Amino acid sequence: MDFLNAFVALSNFVLVPAIAYGSQLALGALGVTLIYGILRFSNFAHGDTMAFGAMIAVLATWWLQSIGVGLGPLPTALLALPIAILGCMLLVLITDRLVYRFYREQKAKPVILVIVSMGVMFITNGLVRFVIGPDDQNFADGERFLISARDFKEMTGLEEGLAIKTTQGITVVVAVIAVALLFWFLNKTRTGKSMRAYSDNEDLALLSGINPERVVMYTWLIVAALATTAGVLYGLDKSFKPFVYFQLLLPIFASAIVGGLGNPLGAIAGGFIIAFSEVTITYAWKKVLTYLAPETLEPSGLVQLLSTDYKFAVSFVILLIVLLFKPTGLFKGKAV
Amino acid sequence: MSEPVKNTLLFVLVGGLILLTGFMQSWNSAVLILNMGLISAIMAIGVNLQWGFAGLFNVGVMGFVALGGLAVVLISTTPTPGAWSAGGFGIVLALLLGAATVTAAVMIAQKMSKGRARTISLIAVLVLGFFVFRAVMDPNVAAVEAINPAAAGNIGGLSLPVLLAWPAGGLLAAGAAWLIGKTALGLRSDYLAIATLGIAEIIIAVLKNEDWLARGVKNVIGLPRPVPYEIDLQNDPGFVESAASLGLDPVTASTLYVKLGYSVLFLVVLLVLLWMAQMALKSPWGRMMRAIRDNEVAAEAMGKDVTRRHLQIFVLGSAICGIAGAMMTTLDGQLTPGTYQPLRFTFLIWVMVIVGGSGNNFGAVLGAMLIWFLWVQVEPIGLWLMQVITAGMPDGSALRAHLIDSAAHMRLLTMGVVLLLVLRFSPRGLIPER
Repeated sequence: MDFLNAFVALSNFVLVPAIAYGSQLALGALGVTLIYGILRFSNFAHGDTMAFGAMIAVLATWWLQSIGVGLGPLPTALLALPIAILGCMLLVLITDRLVYRFYREQKAKPVILVIVSMGVMFITNGLVRFVIGPDDQNFADGERFLISARDFKEMTGLEEGLAIKTTQGITVVVAVIAVALLFWFLNKTRTGKSMRAYSDNEDLALLSGINPERVVMYTWLIVAALATTAGVLYGLDKSFKPFVYFQLLLPIFASAIVGGLGNPLGAIAGGFIIAFSEVTITYAWKKVLTYLAPETLEPSGLVQLLSTDYKFAVSFVILLIVLLFKPTGLFKGKAV
Repeated sequence: MSEPVKNTLLFVLVGGLILLTGFMQSWNSAVLILNMGLISAIMAIGVNLQWGFAGLFNVGVMGFVALGGLAVVLISTTPTPGAWSAGGFGIVLALLLGAATVTAAVMIAQKMSKGRARTISLIAVLVLGFFVFRAVMDPNVAAVEAINPAAAGNIGGLSLPVLLAWPAGGLLAAGAAWLIGKTALGLRSDYLAIATLGIAEIIIAVLKNEDWLARGVKNVIGLPRPVPYEIDLQNDPGFVESAASLGLDPVTASTLYVKLGYSVLFLVVLLVLLWMAQMALKSPWGRMMRAIRDNEVAAEAMGKDVTRRHLQIFVLGSAICGIAGAMMTTLDGQLTPGTYQPLRFTFLIWVMVIVGGSGNNFGAVLGAMLIWFLWVQVEPIGLWLMQVITAGMPDGSALRAHLIDSAAHMRLLTMGVVLLLVLRFSPRGLIPER
């Protein structure tokens, strides 16, 4: 019994939140890694692209709610997601046309593109704050829980409850669908294959008649869809606040680099590695250990390795370790 | 128009803008813009040293600026009575133990041969060291934070003159930069960017959460000042008399006097650093740096130790940012870790350097003053613009209210547009590198 209780407590406070957070990071990191693979620069504006997509979703959700359209137990935001993706695609296509294309034609150094993306970051950030303001916005509706802690206790008779939020369930389901679609696209379709070819060897791809502008356009479209999905899921799960998306940039980059920049599979693995380390290291283990350890050895403190305020430090340290010992990431990424 | 004439005109233009603020708004805000502009100029020189001279992409400026601010607290405040005996020495011991752990781990990583034995001993040392560190650290931190938490709860400072905190801030930032540089330099430029971005967030997290150090988010207020207090000036009959002879009332005169006092101090520091940066640029060392920047492989083939030179200039540039950070905290008179934001303290400095002209020290200074002026003035201009745009809308319209409320966010938008326009149409900046 104690073992089961310990496991339920662990799931409730570590496994479930970490899986949801990991899915969100993985989606974000996929966007970063695709841009890096195809356009060959680290996109600092990615966090704010996520915020922009999520902002449109928030606005669309409010509009849908006002005309009385909903999904019953599911959050209305799921209906708003396609609208938001379209809006975000429009934004990235416009920025690419107005900003990035010029430097692509110039064959500018990657670091110049990074600085350019800083400018885009300022503008997107300003736009989001301009439209929706810098404050918290709550747009989650529908059922709050798939299983609430009390129901779980009644069902199983255990002392510990396991609560799964609807948003956490949706996060995982949507993330799995998105990743499946992405990999199907990259591996099975002609455009997807040309994208991979372009990423592997630009010159060879050009020689075999792949149109680079088309590849770049599709990349941006996919990145917009991924970023919006990640942004909406994160906003549903936590809450929507423009500044938070900027701060997500660090764990997202850490995920992409740990997995190997330019490698989609690595981005997913990296997202979960970062999420699990963040949650386990900042979780207070007292509860779980009390169940497992014999009474004489019960811990007196919280058994928290680091306070939650240092979660950035965790992703950072993992990033450093990987960079020092395996600079191309766990899965083989690009080493430029 | 020749090069020096154009540059002089640009500086005159920025000076004119600040003077215009004085005539149109108030002299108080004009001097305020000047002061922060001078500090920003110093930060820009630091970033320009790293980016313009050596091509290092440091987006952790905020962290070094904050460390400079921390130095002000640690140097100039009075020590909290009883804090050192209660736990201060314990904390220092814990920090030394932590440093010893990391050193031991580095030694193991370097000395032992690759294999399972190395991995296991590395993990063992780190885990053991971490728990020992926490065991020594936690009770001592609790003891220090328990001392009068409403007003103190930190170890306090050394009660030395506040001006000493400026070089100390530089040293603190240099130390941190050395640690970061040792690990992250030599990696690709994007990785250095992410690493510095992360370290800045961590430094801010430490400042926010380690209450024993500088009270965390409870802030340290009332830091000592290198200039007299307004109230003392107002009570000084000699000062009131001379203010009256200039046709100023004592209150305005005293605030202006204090702010101008700061301006003079900042200007002195700026000129010294500018002179040093200029000398460095012209010296063989500066030429070597630019050679490394332009072609690392060729420079290495000429026998230059690229990684060491990068470390050197990374530390120097960060130290300058630290000095500027200490100066800023002195000007504010308080350390408020909650107000450090990357957009304001890292990316804005980058906009300054790029707009001014990377690789040119005068460009960095000009860019800093100009961009800081814009950063301050875009808000009132945006508000005015919104009022003009919405003038036709009916009173009480929600859109109108929203647009006027949002005018404050025009700043970020404007900075982004300025950065992109300069990068596109004048990528070498207002005063290009020679």
